[in-house]
Amino acid sequence: MFETFELLTLQQYWWIIISLLASLLVFLMFVQGGQTLIYTLGKTDTERSMIVNTLGRKWELTFTTLVTFGGAFFASFPLFYSTSFGGAYWVWMAILFAFIIQAISYEYRSKPNNFLGKRTFEVFLFINGALGTILIGTAVGTFFNGAMFSVDKLNLTNIYDSAISRWETPFHGLEAVLNFHNVALGLSVFFLARVLGILYIVNSVSDENIHERARKQMLYNAVPFLVFFLYFVIHLLLKQGFAVNPDTGEVFMEKFKYFHNLIQMPVVLVLFLAGVVGVLAGIGRFLFCRSNKGIWFTGAGTVLAVFALFLIAGLNNTAFYPSLHNLQHSLTIRNSSSSHYTLTAMSYVSLFVPVVITYIFFAWKSINNKPIEKAELEEEGTHIY
Amino acid sequence: MTETFDYSLIDWSRGQFALTAMYHWIFVPLTLGLGFIMAIMETIYVRTGNPEWKRITKFWMTIFGINFAIGVATGIILEFEFGTNWSNYSWFVGDIFGAPLAIEGIMAFFIESTFIAVMFFGWNKVSKKFHLISTWLVAFGASLSALWILVANAWMQMPVGMKFNPDTARNEMAHFWDVLFSPMAVSKFTHTISSSYMLAALVVIGISSWFLLKKRHLVFAKRSIVVAAVFGLVTSLFTILTGDYSAKVIARHQPMKFAAFEGLYVGQRGAPLVAIGVVSSTPEDPNNENIKDFVFKLEIPNFLSYMAFQDFNAFIPGVKDLMEGNEEHGIPSAAEKIARGKLAIDALAEYKTAKEAGDEVKLTEAKEILDQNFQYFGYGYFVDDPSRLVPNVPLTFYSFHLMVALGMWFLVFFAIVLLLVYKGKISRSKFWLTIGIVNIPLAYIASQSGWVTAEMGRQPWVIQDLMPTMTAVSRLDTNAVITTFILFAVIFTTLLIAELRIMFKQIKLGPKQEGGH
Ligand code: HDD
Ligand code: HEM
Ligand code: HEM
Repeated sequence: MFETFELLTLQQYWWIIISLLASLLVFLMFVQGGQTLIYTLGKTDTERSMIVNTLGRKWELTFTTLVTFGGAFFASFPLFYSTSFGGAYWVWMAILFAFIIQAISYEYRSKPNNFLGKRTFEVFLFINGALGTILIGTAVGTFFNGAMFSVDKLNLTNIYDSAISRWETPFHGLEAVLNFHNVALGLSVFFLARVLGILYIVNSVSDENIHERARKQMLYNAVPFLVFFLYFVIHLLLKQGFAVNPDTGEVFMEKFKYFHNLIQMPVVLVLFLAGVVGVLAGIGRFLFCRSNKGIWFTGAGTVLAVFALFLIAGLNNTAFYPSLHNLQHSLTIRNSSSSHYTLTAMSYVSLFVPVVITYIFFAWKSINNKPIEKAELEEEGTHIY
Repeated sequence: MTETFDYSLIDWSRGQFALTAMYHWIFVPLTLGLGFIMAIMETIYVRTGNPEWKRITKFWMTIFGINFAIGVATGIILEFEFGTNWSNYSWFVGDIFGAPLAIEGIMAFFIESTFIAVMFFGWNKVSKKFHLISTWLVAFGASLSALWILVANAWMQMPVGMKFNPDTARNEMAHFWDVLFSPMAVSKFTHTISSSYMLAALVVIGISSWFLLKKRHLVFAKRSIVVAAVFGLVTSLFTILTGDYSAKVIARHQPMKFAAFEGLYVGQRGAPLVAIGVVSSTPEDPNNENIKDFVFKLEIPNFLSYMAFQDFNAFIPGVKDLMEGNEEHGIPSAAEKIARGKLAIDALAEYKTAKEAGDEVKLTEAKEILDQNFQYFGYGYFVDDPSRLVPNVPLTFYSFHLMVALGMWFLVFFAIVLLLVYKGKISRSKFWLTIGIVNIPLAYIASQSGWVTAEMGRQPWVIQDLMPTMTAVSRLDTNAVITTFILFAVIFTTLLIAELRIMFKQIKLGPKQEGGH
């Protein structure tokens, strides 16, 4: 069936999948957020161990989603992959380092003779939680604010200097932090991850002391989240955006572009508003109704809101990776995608996604149907982090 | 416009990729093989209900978990490195190469990571059957991840199933199944996974041998050895068969690599197989430091021709034939290929200008020249320095021969171990138990040598004949790459030390005594 679709339809379909993966990733970053709270919420060794163990049973899921997000982006929009990764080298490398040190920390943290000591692995988890979220958020900020690169496919014919994509600043991506609008998104993601982390932990650990501390922490994190997020969104809706003329492919600046995108795609607007309401509802229920189920509301809200943000970055004739060096070099879903054939083949593969989500859901349900308690960690023969 | 390449940037980028890939490869083969060994053990447990088998399974799962974590840590780098360090490559082949990578994520990694959780945390929570299925799924999931990435790698060695699109300046996939089932993909996948299964068998035998030497956990160790030796015998046979098949495929599709790893400088009919050889330190050809001769060699006459083409008299081109050409056998010289490659590159430029100018006549003309010469596209980048077309022969030769010799040896070893088990003498054969321990590092050396052969022998290409390594690289500051190289080296080495210490400690602790639940 996908063969018969037009190229543009497939490109849009893949942008939607990328957006979906991104939104799931941000939700799953409750693991990262939680990692920054191990010492804030856990005051004794056992408490910390409970927190680490409850997060540890999910970290692989977040990690694998990140890997799949990367792979899917490569496969569907390879020009973005080569331009951004090869250009904004430092940002991506820093993100990668933050994830390498996470991957071993859970497994090695409490094993005897672990060389670096428990504390070091906990620091690794903290670094991953803080740096990973802030940098990924900042990098995504450049989708709306642009980056300093150029693309010229003719370079391939210059046998001495054939790089197609080039970065036009010597800072290779670090300059993104100079734009506060990018950073604001990074910080929103960071505080949102912490909010999600708190909600996840109260839902999956049954321990009164931890719950008490969590309540206090919620305020300290929900308020900064709201401040940065509102700043980001309001600025976004008011700013000029990078629009594309669908007939000529020419990129130009349009006033209130992202606001227009929301209005012109009412479904996205509804998703976005529902998302924001969901995020707030979860926080509210936790704070005012003492409900432990806030994670479901805030989690679902996060997925919807991030999904909508990605959609307005790439759909409705918008350049999703604008070039500040030369507007006409900006990447759009049309000029950076894979061929019709490849997108078709991969679209068939994408049909597996619901299957994957289903088995993940059932597998997890089978082993995780009740919150972690102290007793479980002492039980014989369980795998402990 | 610079008139030379920045070779230091290329070398550091290659170094960084080699470093990270080789680190990843320290952990991957054990994951691939141990998964199946655990699954077999757990199957025995479920079949017999004997708690001793559960204890055995759980011990090997602990080892698996420690190894797996660091495999994941090193894997994520590789995926993103294609973008960060080989950005031109990522565009030139992304249409083909990206798909397997994405499929790997969607189909394989999620299976692995989900069912690993069930495997580790589900013992007391899910039924025995469901647990067993999860363990098998972990094993299959791991091999499935290997499949897709190896398909991608095979495509780099032998690009098929695609068409170059001058408008987008990249190769676009035209036949998915040709990519998936190319002979190179089949040989690469089967050989890589069977050799990894064999490596895991050697590790299990080695660790169990240590227990037997220390006279601890005797039942556990003997049972582990039986499972591993049977598994190892079968997989080592398969490794040799598939390795032989790989060589045949390479003889047809990557003649330069073949000549390099066989150390064949001058082609001939009825070429002999150099079983053992020492490459001379002085170049034979003063124009090319990679062309050397042997100081000493032990040959089996005509055997190479037979192995490669099932014909004792078949002609096998040597490095010199491939460089200087050989009219008799219809092999074009490097100079000719370079000229044609340059034609193709210039035609692409011509095509683009004609397109912008809207000049239809020139456009068709350029397209025609491009199509005629595209098979040599990559050679056009070597106009100044054709000698770079030869890979590092000594390194490729030695690593290949080391791998093959070790492969033969492991087969013999598995047979001996099984014989000793059969005669009931295994726990008393100090000599063979010690050899069992020594085999662990040898297995890793063989496995790494395999990749050195495959990847160094492919040089100077990232995509055989189409894109040279120097054209693939991202345009970065050499110092940036040096910095990340050092960071990777430090972090990975630290993590490796941590991994080894934890691993040794867990082995010392041995399988846990457990109340039977
Ligand atoms: C323990 C590991 C091990 C052992 C004992 C062997 N191999 Fe191997 N070999 C590998 C592990 C490996 C590998 C790591 O899996 C490689 C690297 C790339 C690949 O495709 O597989 C490989 C590559 C490789 C290649 C190059 C493939 C390419 O360039 O695409 C050839 C021709 C062979 N092998 C042939 C053999 C033969 C004839 C063996 C006979 C005994 C043998 N190998 C034993
Ligand atoms: C250079 C190419 C490679 C890339 C880009 C790559 C990428 C990755 C990534 C991203 C992971 C982490 C997956 C997770 O989140 O769970 C991983 C793990 C893994 N990779 Fe690789 N990989 C490469 C080479 C290989 C090869 C050649 C094989 C096998 C033949 C392989 C087999 C595996 C397996 C079995 C795992 C599971 C975890 C473990 O390593 O223990 N990889 N790889
Ligand atoms: C995990 C097992 C692997 C190991 C140990 C390995 C080893 C190496 C080594 C030693 C090099 C350096 C060669 C040189 O620069 O002369 C290299 C380069 C490279 N390999 Fe592999 N490789 C592995 C798997 C793969 C796979 C599966 C792919 C692709 C799918 C791949 C793609 C590349 C690329 C793109 C380069 C850099 C360019 C080049 O130097 O050719 N490798 N690898």
